[in-house]
Amino acid sequence: MGRRILFITTDQQRFDSLGCNGGTIARTPNIDRLAADGINYTRAHPQNVVCMPSRSTMITGQHVATHGVWMNGVPLPEDAPSIAMTLRQAGYKTALVGKAHFEPLLDPFLRFAENRMGRDGTNAEWVTMPDGSRAPHRGFDHMEFAGHGAAGNLHYVGWLRENHPETIAKFVPNLDADLEVTTEPGGDTGAVQVRNTNDINREWYHTDWVADRTIAWLDSLEKDDDWFCWMSFPDPHHPWDPPKSELHRVDWRDLDLPAGYIADADERERVLADKPAHWMGWYNGTFVSNYEAPLKWVPATLQPDNIREINAMVHVKNELIDEAVGRVLAGIKARGWEDDVDIVFTTDHGEMQGDFGFLFKGPYHVDALMRLPLIWKPAKSAGVSPATVSAPVGHVSLAATFASIAGLPQPDYAEAPALPVNDEDARSRGLERVLTEWDSILFGKKVGVRTIFRDNWTCSAMLPGTLHDGTEGELYDHSNDPLQRVNRWNDPSVRSLRDDMLADMWDHLPAPAVPRRECDAPV
Amino acid sequence: MASIRRDIHIAQPPDVVWAFLGNPARLHEWFPIVDCRVEGTKRWITLGTGITFEEDILIVDNDARRFQYSIVNNLLIKDHFGTLDVLDDGHGHSIVTYQTQCTPNVLALVTAGASGEGLRKAKQILEGDK
Repeated sequence: MGRRILFITTDQQRFDSLGCNGGTIARTPNIDRLAADGINYTRAHPQNVVCMPSRSTMITGQHVATHGVWMNGVPLPEDAPSIAMTLRQAGYKTALVGKAHFEPLLDPFLRFAENRMGRDGTNAEWVTMPDGSRAPHRGFDHMEFAGHGAAGNLHYVGWLRENHPETIAKFVPNLDADLEVTTEPGGDTGAVQVRNTNDINREWYHTDWVADRTIAWLDSLEKDDDWFCWMSFPDPHHPWDPPKSELHRVDWRDLDLPAGYIADADERERVLADKPAHWMGWYNGTFVSNYEAPLKWVPATLQPDNIREINAMVHVKNELIDEAVGRVLAGIKARGWEDDVDIVFTTDHGEMQGDFGFLFKGPYHVDALMRLPLIWKPAKSAGVSPATVSAPVGHVSLAATFASIAGLPQPDYAEAPALPVNDEDARSRGLERVLTEWDSILFGKKVGVRTIFRDNWTCSAMLPGTLHDGTEGELYDHSNDPLQRVNRWNDPSVRSLRDDMLADMWDHLPAPAVPRRECDAPV
Repeated sequence: MASIRRDIHIAQPPDVVWAFLGNPARLHEWFPIVDCRVEGTKRWITLGTGITFEEDILIVDNDARRFQYSIVNNLLIKDHFGTLDVLDDGHGHSIVTYQTQCTPNVLALVTAGASGEGLRKAKQILEGDK
């Protein structure tokens, strides 16, 4: 009997959304307690700022260049490494409940296992391994899927359809008549993808459903089983349509605008103009980088009250997540596992939420999208002291961390060692940088960004593409410019720092997988 | 309208490749669909989700080794034009291209993804143990 692992992820959640990280609106006591009793990482970055590449890094322990899932819509190969498979081979029972998204969601041909399982209501699809043995898809004994709302080939959607069909139309539809991501305005302020009329029972909303199904799977286990459970909440990702019954928690009229929003339009545009061209291109509607940033939505039209209302919805969603986490932790305690479970909490990427006048995400490597909550509460039996870790870390370390919890060596496919347990541990192991990649090709426009964070600076190099010739970049001093408003890329006084960071980045980025994997769907 | 092309090299003579891929009734043998029915210049294909597409077969050119078709009478797909070509690579083997033009744009991407998988399967079938 070893240490069990509860891996909790959310989708598109900012670092500053949690009380333990300075958030003052959403009440998140359960997650805050994990941070207080465990290790709270204050500089954790994803290796990509959209879902599929980021999640592929979590499960493979590899940078995007290696696993090759460079954008949403690029399926993670069936035979890609999986920490779940490694743990299962070591005797762990394994499950993923909630949002997976290693494979495209839009799949009318039903090419992908996730969609086949979700549509048929099955919980595993068995595949033949290279050695001829049989194993469940990606190493999970049990998979049960939910997504953003009530569309798609997902177990949650099937459950809604069977039990509460009247609720399906209450959610914001993800797609419009052209199958583009919707720009449907709603709420009190006409904000994009907001709906304040979703009168679904809170208990039927996907956040509670994910917790319920997680508890059900845990209840199916024997007390002595070792287990790895990835509980993956689809929220607080857009669309912003949480249960109407919960909206009273946060009145958008009471919210301040976020510190990252620049209220004066002239000043905002001056700041954007000092960044590489894809910033202003998105702002004024001439450039869209990825399918999840709605094609027909122009950020320059975003109004302050839209931001307030959306952020209120996000806070509500985050409170629901925290309460769902609390229920699952109570279930674990009731089973007598409390002292032997490691809990890791993080999200796949952030959300602009008004910073610089934007929503959603894209090739914008600033804290809004890159600085993430990451908390590891080791099992009490491990005897690890609580700590706050300021050293830069990334999702790429998760696979090795899970292996170490299970008493296994770092898997040979994993490109980064286990997370440090304190800053001294990070220093002694030379963990001083974290890397993030972006590649997009959409509507004929190609953008590539490579980013390093080190020494409290972010340095991003633009690759040659449609909007950049390869000489542009971004350089931010977080100590003196925490909102990343001043791009110092062309500042001669920090030229040597910039060049040193770039050299360090290129030294540590793996060579890209060749040939580049095809993008098979928009999302 | 979006236009996306997928291609693959197949180590078999173009006539052999064309005999397989140029037969519209054999689509289900290599393309990720579950059923295919041809009647004259009409073809109906059924996807894994149960969705059925009605298609007009526009060109089956055995000399140029070109197949062209269009999805019609579809509520979602406003315009569609698909072209499959089998070309000689100059060394007695084949290059197959599959081009999809479609509105809405996103369905071009999804169809291209399926055609890419189909071409990989066709290569596997045609090359066998080569």
